[in-house]
Amino acid sequence: MDLTLIFTDYTIRNVTLGALVLGIVSGTLSAFAVLRKQSLLGDAMSHAALPGIVIAFLLTGQRSLPVLLFGAMIAGWLGTLFMLLVTSQTRIKQDAAQGVVLAVFFGFGMALLSWVLRQNNAQHAGLDSFLFGKAAATVASDVRVMAIIGLIVLALVALFWKEFKLISFDHGYATTLGLPVGRLDVLLTTLIVVVVVVGLQMVGVVLMSAMLVAPGVAARQWTNRFGLMVVLSAGFGALAGVGGALISSFEARLPTGPVIVLFVSAIVAVSLLFAPQRGIVWEAVQRYRSARRLREAAVLEMLYGMAIQHGDPLHPHSLASLRAGLSREGVRYTLDHLEANGMVKQTENGWALTPEGVAKARQFLRASEGEQAHRYSAEVLS
Amino acid sequence: MIKDKDLTQTPIAVEDLTVAYRDEPVLWDVDVTVPEGTLMAIVGPNGAGKSTLIKTILGLMKPSAGRVLVYGKPYPQQRHLVAYVPQRGSVDWDFPTNALDVVIMGRYGHLGWIRRPGSSDRALALESLRKVGMEAFAERQISQLSGGQQQRVFLARALVQNAQIYLMDEPFQGVDATTEKAIIDVLRTLKSEGRTVVVVHHDLETVPEYFDHVLLLNVRAIASGEVSTTFTPENLRLAYGGRMDLLLDGARR
Amino acid sequence: MINQAQIEIMLVASLVAAACALPGVFLVLRRVALMSDAISHTVLFGIVIGFLFVRDIHSPWLILFAAAAGVLTVSLTELLLRTRRMGEDAAIGLVFPALFSIAVIIITRDFSSIHIDTDAVLLGELAFAPFNRAVFLGANLPKGVWIMGAILLINLVLLILFYKELKLATFDSALAAALGFSPALIHYGLMASVSVTAVGAFDHVGSILVIALMIAPSAAAYLLTDRLSRMLVISVVIAVASAIGGYYAARLLNVNISGAMASITGVFFVAALIFAPERGLLARAIQRRRRSLRFAEEMLLVHLNRHENTADAATENTLHHLVDELNWTPTFAQSTVQRASQHGFLQRQNGSLNLTDSGRQVAQRALSR
Repeated sequence: MDLTLIFTDYTIRNVTLGALVLGIVSGTLSAFAVLRKQSLLGDAMSHAALPGIVIAFLLTGQRSLPVLLFGAMIAGWLGTLFMLLVTSQTRIKQDAAQGVVLAVFFGFGMALLSWVLRQNNAQHAGLDSFLFGKAAATVASDVRVMAIIGLIVLALVALFWKEFKLISFDHGYATTLGLPVGRLDVLLTTLIVVVVVVGLQMVGVVLMSAMLVAPGVAARQWTNRFGLMVVLSAGFGALAGVGGALISSFEARLPTGPVIVLFVSAIVAVSLLFAPQRGIVWEAVQRYRSARRLREAAVLEMLYGMAIQHGDPLHPHSLASLRAGLSREGVRYTLDHLEANGMVKQTENGWALTPEGVAKARQFLRASEGEQAHRYSAEVLS
Repeated sequence: MIKDKDLTQTPIAVEDLTVAYRDEPVLWDVDVTVPEGTLMAIVGPNGAGKSTLIKTILGLMKPSAGRVLVYGKPYPQQRHLVAYVPQRGSVDWDFPTNALDVVIMGRYGHLGWIRRPGSSDRALALESLRKVGMEAFAERQISQLSGGQQQRVFLARALVQNAQIYLMDEPFQGVDATTEKAIIDVLRTLKSEGRTVVVVHHDLETVPEYFDHVLLLNVRAIASGEVSTTFTPENLRLAYGGRMDLLLDGARR
Repeated sequence: MINQAQIEIMLVASLVAAACALPGVFLVLRRVALMSDAISHTVLFGIVIGFLFVRDIHSPWLILFAAAAGVLTVSLTELLLRTRRMGEDAAIGLVFPALFSIAVIIITRDFSSIHIDTDAVLLGELAFAPFNRAVFLGANLPKGVWIMGAILLINLVLLILFYKELKLATFDSALAAALGFSPALIHYGLMASVSVTAVGAFDHVGSILVIALMIAPSAAAYLLTDRLSRMLVISVVIAVASAIGGYYAARLLNVNISGAMASITGVFFVAALIFAPERGLLARAIQRRRRSLRFAEEMLLVHLNRHENTADAATENTLHHLVDELNWTPTFAQSTVQRASQHGFLQRQNGSLNLTDSGRQVAQRALSR
């Protein structure tokens, strides 16, 4: 494929730039949404926006992006308020409230849309692209609008950085410091709604929700620092956006939205598995290592303990007596491994510690005594 | 009349405070004053409204009636004088941040809008971590701290606010010996500096040892005052009802 | 006038509605309502994969593939949850967009010639239901009637057979597990039933209406009753009424049928939200007003009681002071005193308020509560 097309081909350039903007902005807010446990808010918002879009079109007769976005924002907000009303005033929980808003608002939007389509066939073109996203239809002016909105969103996040961080971590404490947490909540949720709405025409209703979940989940895996997590999340969003846009541009009949979503899902999968410390593979390796360490410690301590009774720490013992004493699998395997590391050696009378092994055994014994004391005190106190 | 009393020297004056949760009273007509420079424990059975009282003082819950004055004025005007140590369980400790960063959050009130915490805030936060014996853990991710260490981080965050009044919600709940000692040291230092500390406490046994004032609470204010005169078996029986005899043995020891 | 085709459309829609409402009740009660969102989207994934194997868009095997996709969605969500790296909402939000994306990509690439219209995925086309007919047991009815009738029957039979297990697992899963009913098995069974229902319904009404019919009527019923059996009945009634009402609305206004039906479920939900006895917004507002008036009265009596016979009684127990101390507005204090004295709890004597015996009793009862 010819990458210079990004700069020369009008469509490819617009799609790539649009996806880049969307990826950065949705990635940034995704970090907040995931930490605030609002992952599915994007899903509800993207569906709730539809009637707003249709009504905005009906009232103004225009399909310019800012007008439709404004309508979508109003509808998204109404949906959010309705969910808040239902969950705070009744016993219906978040999931059902979200489901009702999602399906009812969207169904109403569809009914309206079908009405509009039957009324005037000429001007509706573009409205239905909000369903599945028509990235290829992105024109330069759309990208400009997206970029301006994106910059405003990022600027607001930067401006209220420490406040957003604090309300995400400790809501009650933020209140006692005198922060207007209610208004900050509203602002942050509004930013999420704005991004959802901007993303709709790029990736569509169904897939927009992924852009608000995946980058944040992936980024969390790689860092324990908040700032870095937000930056990484934005980066993953951008990577998925540009990557997805390029792949779908250069390969025929590949829809952009779904490819972006698969791209970002792949990033999540890799992060879940392989990120250092939080990755599942990493964790398994750590668990294996510590289990092996425990087995080695047990064998060394056993050998040492038995040898000491003979007055000589280097006194050898047979494999059978070790097995009997440890009542544990894999003694032979552990011995081989220890031998390779020079901790034990096989003599004609059985297995014996080397001087290094003796030192190591003593070290383990001291550590486990300390640990036992520590664990004891922790148990007693808790 | 209340207006005749001069409350500008009183850290916390709670007057006829009634707080209801869904129209069920959690606190009934509570009157308490906390004298300056005291270490006051709030004790009472579960559901006595101990945390509610603290939260209402902090404006986190709205009273149905009555009011709270902090040095003679409503809380919102005196916010900078008050620091809060919430219960450890109130946040998600898997949040991506380290101990130092959490403590720096205590500076946000001083910073105001837009300004970022700088090196002086950082230095203050480190100093505050040192006071609770946590300076070695400054860069540690908060989920990798033990429960007691997390509690000390919250304490350090309140210390960095450099307030006159400290309100703590069950800081001794489920902590290790080191943390318990660290908290007591901090409490004594605060007292020696003339600051006022109010602590929701659940361990009756340690009340006389740790505190000089006590409020016995069970929806109503049963009694409040100096520990020596207030922390009596009669008052405890009033506060805890029938379950008291068992607890009293503990308190006498 | 209503012709036969219209009756048939309403019949199919009603069967869909009833079939969706039954498992929907348990989704709402078990707080997994959004699984219907996820499953109704991933059904497309199952159909697409099934089509790659059987190469026949009308094959009944596709239903099995779609149901398997539903169960796959549930399993993947649980798998992600079990990593303990994210919450349930995040897990759902990762799984279904990914599967849905794969489905859309396969459709665009491999069978653009065949009719799996992505718009129809969300909306279905109920108006075409009468054209696709099948003869069974001598009756010539739309295929949708047979399919949805069968699914409704299956749901009903399962519900009747496992009613007590479902009930127990929903309200006390720990007890259910202790009694030997595996909560996991019940969970997956329910999800399989949701999947099968979604597959059958999705063909006719689209995924959005499936979600609306599963959640909105059940949520409305949850506001109207405390009993599971009644909740099931109410939920089915609301769902069927939405289907029929939606159809008339759609004809009247000449709009999309599924969209109109989903809107009507919303109308029912909002009506229940506002007007439900006891739990509705209106009833709650009235209760709250009543309780807060009574509470204010109690508060007044408790306050008077406490300062009675004390040195400061003369200053504390005045109307003027209440305004100051209890932080009440003068009018509110005035009206509360008025009510208390009407009830015979207090007497006014030259500006000071004195409790009567019954007032003292009320105060003491309130305190000992």
